[in-house]
Amino acid sequence: MKEELSEDELLEKVTTTEYKYGFTTDIESDKIEKGLNEDVVRLISQKKNEPEWMLEYRLNAFKIWQEMEEPNWANIDYPKPNYQDIIYYAAPKAKNKLNSLNELDPELKKTFDKLGISLNEQKRLAGVAVDIVMDSVSVATSFKDKLGELGIIFCSISEAIQSHPELVKKYLGTVVPTRDNFFSALNSAVFSDGSFCYIPKGVKCPMELSTYFRINEAGTGQFERTLLIADEESYVSYLEGCTAPQRDENQLHAAVVELIAMDNAEIKYSTVQNWYPGDKEGRGGVYNFVTKRGICHKNSKISWTQVETGSAVTWKYPSCILKGDNSIGEFFSVAVTNNFQQADTGTKMVHLGKNSKSTIIAKGICAGKSNGSYRGLVQISKGAKNSRNFSQCDSLLMGDKCGSHTFPYIEVKNNSSQVEHEATTSKIGEDQLFYCNQRGIGTEEAIALIVNGYCKDVLNQLPMEFAVEAQKLLEISLEGSVG
Amino acid sequence: MLKIKNLKAGIEETKILKGIDLEINAGEIHAIMGPNGSGKSTLSSVIAGDENYEVESGSIMLNGEDLLEMDPDERAHKGVFLSFQYPVEIPGISVSNFMKAAINEKRKNLGQDPISAKELLHKMKEKMELLNMQKGYLSRNMNEGFSGGEKKRNEIFQMAMLEPKLSILDETDSGLDIDALKVVANGVNKLKSKENATIIITHYQRLLNYIVPDFVHVLHDGKIIKSGGKELALELEAKGYEWVIK
Repeated sequence: MKEELSEDELLEKVTTTEYKYGFTTDIESDKIEKGLNEDVVRLISQKKNEPEWMLEYRLNAFKIWQEMEEPNWANIDYPKPNYQDIIYYAAPKAKNKLNSLNELDPELKKTFDKLGISLNEQKRLAGVAVDIVMDSVSVATSFKDKLGELGIIFCSISEAIQSHPELVKKYLGTVVPTRDNFFSALNSAVFSDGSFCYIPKGVKCPMELSTYFRINEAGTGQFERTLLIADEESYVSYLEGCTAPQRDENQLHAAVVELIAMDNAEIKYSTVQNWYPGDKEGRGGVYNFVTKRGICHKNSKISWTQVETGSAVTWKYPSCILKGDNSIGEFFSVAVTNNFQQADTGTKMVHLGKNSKSTIIAKGICAGKSNGSYRGLVQISKGAKNSRNFSQCDSLLMGDKCGSHTFPYIEVKNNSSQVEHEATTSKIGEDQLFYCNQRGIGTEEAIALIVNGYCKDVLNQLPMEFAVEAQKLLEISLEGSVG
Repeated sequence: MLKIKNLKAGIEETKILKGIDLEINAGEIHAIMGPNGSGKSTLSSVIAGDENYEVESGSIMLNGEDLLEMDPDERAHKGVFLSFQYPVEIPGISVSNFMKAAINEKRKNLGQDPISAKELLHKMKEKMELLNMQKGYLSRNMNEGFSGGEKKRNEIFQMAMLEPKLSILDETDSGLDIDALKVVANGVNKLKSKENATIIITHYQRLLNYIVPDFVHVLHDGKIIKSGGKELALELEAKGYEWVIK
């Protein structure tokens, strides 16, 4: 009961209908010229003072990318970005290297306060370690020392390239190869920063690790790269949040996330994605083209939880390769689209190991003139004997101008495995709203309540702090969508 | 407390209520009986503010305030409660969460602070006892997988929690077996006070054996054609509606 009330108190703070993260920070930034060519790739690498092997990795990726074509198969329709019209590197100008968070640029600090991330507060109260990536670079990582005592490495990926090259070299690109797709190749060539995390053998990470992504500079793309390795018998819960200013033009976000769960390890990866979705007429907004994938070794588990409310266009399929015997993959997703937003999202569960299990719970909510699609692949290989999958894909429609689509792909190559798929489509009923109204609950609150109930299975997977944030977001994204 | 004057209402072109006059004072229980299609449920829906019905003319005043000017949630804040004939499911929302939302919305409207977790839990437990609710009920999702009887009991539970001024029980007895009927009736009787009033809408006399009304009205073809004391219900049971309709 206590928990529920505190959620409610936080929920009540929500008063604004507009995208409230739409401000920009007036901060001097170091950015390079628009456009992409080999020199730009070299320049990025040079700015980050990278070793030769990293530069080569990038150049190779750039070569591959040039030969690839932007994919067309998703159920989304958008003008293709002009890749020569994007700035590939922008960083808030830091005067000196920071020793502590207190030395942050005051303007930057104000930004984080507006975003509701009070770094010191977080440090004291919530026990969440935060890494913050603004435009292209990581600007602050908290709790580093405390984590260091346990042997946990949590830092920006640029820093990891310098200080732990052996780990980065060993794992980078092993789960999402450069060639995987158009956007992963692009990311591999130009990624500017992101988070790196390594949990040593047998260590249960005692706090949530979190990265907050923010695109600030106009005309820039954000290409972050996250690499998370949970060594044998370890555990980690990782959160990421994203926002962007309100701009009339589209901004590009093409990230790659790789997770590696060694034998008996467990990774929980939660995302609350709230990139600017564009205005009510469909102008502006972030193009969110993301490749997220994890590999599970023996007896290990990877759990993806995502609440997607932002972005003009979303193309995203957090996936699990269940390589080890008895490994477990989970995907819990709520994807909301409103106004003119489009989302094509889902997951891939690739069963290779025996007795591997996967669960997919995907909840779509469509309002306005938006379009939401679930696309999922469950692939059970010949050797994955006795594997099981359960998939449930539900969609909730609000109004009669939106569309919801489900594209499940199932491939099973042995006869000892079981695959179950359930799907429902429903509408928020007038009778449900009237029932709530009659009990004194106003229509907006009633919608929030009904939507929260509908998403409960997914929201329950999120850590408490994030669950509240996610509920707030759902409420804001759907305000004014009925009636 | 409640004054209904010459109320005419219907759905689209169909006229259902054709001039209802009804006055209810605090502390009273009124039963509205009538054959199927006489307009009983329409009357309760119109009082509660269901927008599927259009009010053509007339007025509904609650303690001097015009209910027809208010949205359904405002009416609820003023103390109108409808126990639905067919309560709807709200998947994923527990009874306790729903109750908390309803109580706090009302409190907010009255300028009061939200209810504390302790107070809420205490109150819910007390009302659960009153209605013989099973353990674990509070964490079940609203009406999801409830039996007919459980749904009706859940309605009366909400009524007990929200402490309305005017309660309308729309066919609360349908779907209840005799034991459940007694429990529900007992609950309603205990909730009765000098400050509140109840309208019982029913097809049969059965429920009125347990909740004794002060007044009985017979509704036929959108009009109240006969009013009387509790004996009227027994007479109707014995002689059938044909007797008053003629």
